[in-house]
Amino acid sequence: MTLARDQVTHVAMLARLGLSDEEVERYRQQLDAILSHVDRLQQVDTSQVGETAQVGGLVNAWREDVRGECLPAEKALANAPKRRGDHFEVGAIQE
Amino acid sequence: MTATSAVSTLDQVMERWEPVIGLEVHGQLLTQSKMFCGCSADYIGSPPNSNTCPVCLGLPGVLPVMNRVAVEYTVRSALALNCEIPERSKFDRKNYFYPDLPKGYQISQWDMPLSLNGHLTFTVDGAEVRCGITRVHLEEDTGTLQHAGDILQQARSSVVDLNRAGVPLMEIVGEPDLRTPAQAREYLVRLRQILVYIGVNDGNLEQGSFRCDANISLRKHGETGLGVKVEVKNMNSFRAVHRALEYEIVRQGRLLDQGQTIAQETRGWVEAKGATISQRSKEYAHDYRYFPEPDLPPLHLNAEFVDRVRAALPELPQQLAERLQRENGLSAYDAATVTAEREDARAFESLVAAGVPAKAAANWLMGEVARLARESRTPLPGSGLGLEGLASLIKLVEAGTINGSTAKELLEELYLAGGDPAAVVEERGLGQVSDQAELERLVDAVLAENPAAVADFQGGKEQALQRLVGGVMKATRGRADARVVTGLLRDRLAP
Repeated sequence: MTLARDQVTHVAMLARLGLSDEEVERYRQQLDAILSHVDRLQQVDTSQVGETAQVGGLVNAWREDVRGECLPAEKALANAPKRRGDHFEVGAIQE
Repeated sequence: MTATSAVSTLDQVMERWEPVIGLEVHGQLLTQSKMFCGCSADYIGSPPNSNTCPVCLGLPGVLPVMNRVAVEYTVRSALALNCEIPERSKFDRKNYFYPDLPKGYQISQWDMPLSLNGHLTFTVDGAEVRCGITRVHLEEDTGTLQHAGDILQQARSSVVDLNRAGVPLMEIVGEPDLRTPAQAREYLVRLRQILVYIGVNDGNLEQGSFRCDANISLRKHGETGLGVKVEVKNMNSFRAVHRALEYEIVRQGRLLDQGQTIAQETRGWVEAKGATISQRSKEYAHDYRYFPEPDLPPLHLNAEFVDRVRAALPELPQQLAERLQRENGLSAYDAATVTAEREDARAFESLVAAGVPAKAAANWLMGEVARLARESRTPLPGSGLGLEGLASLIKLVEAGTINGSTAKELLEELYLAGGDPAAVVEERGLGQVSDQAELERLVDAVLAENPAAVADFQGGKEQALQRLVGGVMKATRGRADARVVTGLLRDRLAP
C-alpha cells in the first residue's frame, strides 16, 4: 500500500489543515504505515463474523422525550472566539 | 438542432425531452426535545443561542442519547409510506466543516437507515402516479446562519444561531419516478398531508419545518438511462417547487437542444428572479467520509415494536376521504377538499357527530367558514363561535328556522365575537317567517303594490316574478324562505 501525496493533500483539505511540502511527506509516510497495518488486519478470515461497529452489546439506548435545562446564551457563547450580540460570529459564508 | 431551440417553450421542450424528477424532503419531528439532548425542539421565536446545551453545541466530552419518540415518529412515517423496517439500523457521522454544526459532522444514517422501499400513490389529472420511496431516515437538523449586510458578496462575516441544531429531522428520499412539475407538486402535497395527519410534522414550508430539494435531469422519450442531474434548493412553497422545476426543464432543454452538456451542480431557486442560480460551493464533489457513530449503540427494532407503532398509526387522509364518501355520502371532490387539512377533517367529523347533515357541514366549512378563517387568520376551533356554535347555526338553517343569508350574516358577526346563534335569533326575531297566513298576507300586499310587475308576468315576462319575490323578501327583512315565497306567488298569479 502506497499512499500518494495528492491523497494526503485531499484529506488535509477536508480537515482544513494547511500542510507544508515537508509535512505532506511526513504525514504520507505515517498514514501509509497505519494503512499497511490495517491491510495486515484484513488478512484475518472474518467470513464467519458479523459486521459491527460496536462491541458493547447495547441496543436501543434511548431516552424518553423530556425537556431538560438549556444553557443561558451568555454561557453558550462564553468560549466563542468571536461573537456579535448573542450570535457566534464566523468568517463570511458564501453559499 | 433548430434555430428556435434557444427560445423553446416548456411545451416544446417537453415534446422532445422527458424530465426525470426525484425529491428529497426533510421534515422536523414534533417531539418535545431535540434528537440527542434535552433542549426544546420548539426553537421558533427563542432568542439566539438560548436553546442550546453542551451536547448540541458540540462541546468536548459530551455524549448524545437518542430520543425514543423521534425513532418512533420516523417508523410511523415510514409505515405510512409503505416502507419496510429492517430489524437493525444505526447512526453514522457525516463529516463536513460548516459553522451550522459545531461538531464538524452531522449525525445521520448512511447504509443502515430506519426504513427502506416504500411508495406513495396519488392522482394527477385523473391518472394514478406511483412514486417509490427509497428510504426514510433520521438525522439532526443544523443551526441557522445569517449573513451580515444586504449584499451577500460584500458580507465580511456571518452569524450563527444554534437553537435549531440537533432538532430531530427526518429525511424522505424519493425515487426518480416523477415526470412533470405537477406530479412533483402533488407528491409533496400528499406527503405533507400524511405527515401532518399522523402528527409527526407541522408541514410549514415557509418556516422550513417541511423542506424539499429536487433532483432533475432530462432524457429523450423512450430512453431508460439517466441524464446529468441538477439539484435544486431553496424552494419554500409548493408553487416555488413547481416554478423552479418548470424553469429547470426549459433551461436544460434549451442547452441540450443546442448540443451543450448539462453541468452537474446545485442550483438555488431565486423567487424574485423566477430563476435558478448556480451555487458555487459545490464545485468539487462532497466527500463526507461517513463512518458509524461510535457514541450511539445500534437500533434493534423487533416485530413487536413495529407492530405497536403500526397499530397506533392514525387513519391516513386517503382512507379518511374514502370513508367520508362511503359513510357520509360525500362526493369524491367534497371528500378530498374536506380532508385536505387535518383540522378541517376533524371539524367536519365533529359537525356530523353533532347532527349536522354531511353535505351541509362540508359546504359551510369549505365556503364561508374557510373564508372567515383565512381573513381573520383564526381557525374555527380557536374562534369565538367554535365548532359547537357553528353546529348550532347550521342546524337552525337545516330546520328552516333561519334562511341562508341570515345565517351568513350571523356567522360573520359571531365568528370572532362568539355567542349562541339560537339565542341571538330568538332575541332579535331573526327567525324565518314561516307562518303561512302571515306570508300570504304579505304576498297579497306586494301584489297589490306592484300592478306593473303583475301585468308583465302575466304577459309572459318570467323575470318579473323576481321583482315580486324581492318585494316580499324586503317586507320580511330577508327572513322568508325565497322558495316558499316564489311558490306562493305562482299560486296567486296562476291563471
